[in-house]
Amino acid sequence: MIGLVVVSHSQKAAEGICEIAAQMGGDAPIEPAGGDDGEIGTDVTAIKDAIKSVDDGDGVVVLVDLGSAVMNAELAIEMGDTDAVIADAPVLEGALNAAVEATNPSATIDSVVEKAEDARDYHKVN
Amino acid sequence: MADADTQREAVLTAIDRVADRLEEERSYLTELDSAIGDADHGSNLSRGFRAAADEVENSEDDVDEIVKTIGVTLISKVGGASGPLYGGSIMSASQELDDGLTAETSIAFGEAYLEKVLDRGDARVGAKTMVDALTPAVHTYKKSIEVDDLPPLTALAKAVEAAEAGVAFTVPLRAEKGRASFLGWRSVGHQDPGATSTLFIMEELLATAEQYLEGETDVDAAAPTEPDVDPDEVDGGEE
Repeated sequence: MIGLVVVSHSQKAAEGICEIAAQMGGDAPIEPAGGDDGEIGTDVTAIKDAIKSVDDGDGVVVLVDLGSAVMNAELAIEMGDTDAVIADAPVLEGALNAAVEATNPSATIDSVVEKAEDARDYHKVN
Repeated sequence: MADADTQREAVLTAIDRVADRLEEERSYLTELDSAIGDADHGSNLSRGFRAAADEVENSEDDVDEIVKTIGVTLISKVGGASGPLYGGSIMSASQELDDGLTAETSIAFGEAYLEKVLDRGDARVGAKTMVDALTPAVHTYKKSIEVDDLPPLTALAKAVEAAEAGVAFTVPLRAEKGRASFLGWRSVGHQDPGATSTLFIMEELLATAEQYLEGETDVDAAAPTEPDVDPDEVDGGEE
């Protein structure tokens, strides 16, 4: 199954987003990588470890929040040996979509990324 | 430049000088970063570069390995966007030094570092980032050696001048990247912390080069800077 990692500057935000996503995509392995040593920030080692921990060989999709989360996730992917891709999506809605798609038996990295990225078009007020 | 032992000593001196300098400038960098960022640039960089200097302190490795270790340590210790931008770029550019430190490999290192920063940060000249200091510095260094046939020490002195101009150039710009971009117009009028720390690092590389390239006359360093492509690029970026 495709694994998911949620990278946020806040540990609480990363954990909370995983909680929300897991409610819908219960079986999908999803792991938070939030904060930097308890402070606001992102930590390349924590991201790398999280990616490894949810990888069962099918690959991993990474959801990210701001600036350095993207760069540290890129670096974590380059430094690790997991087949992992960053979804260009809003972190919460993207994680939710990705978790749902990941439980689809025919899901692939591409299909999970695509569903996550569908969240870019969501409007909350019409 | 000299034999492998001297090169190693020069690199270790350089990283130690950089770590000391960033420690000295910690409050100043934090002050710049509080205006338009998250106020962690000074502490992140001084902590990371000190850890990197300590990590390689007694290293017997060749310079490319030492520089790589510095990059890897920065990645894990700096935090924020600076970890991947400084550490990741140093790590990646270190492979240009596998033949040691020469005029040629130092140009390749500078170019590889700049390329990685541009790629990772998705920035361009004029976005109010370290790229505004780094680009003119790397271009000036390369041009001074390859076109003007100047010795590396002189080229580096000119590169530092170019970086200084780049830092000043960041002040009136509106930030397009990083946390500062969220401030929009409020970022105008503030000096970019990343460009500033890039200048400090280069100044320490120059001071180290002065120490180790003493044989090179530095008479040329006093010569006027010749016109080059950078002012045009600076003008272009301002639009």
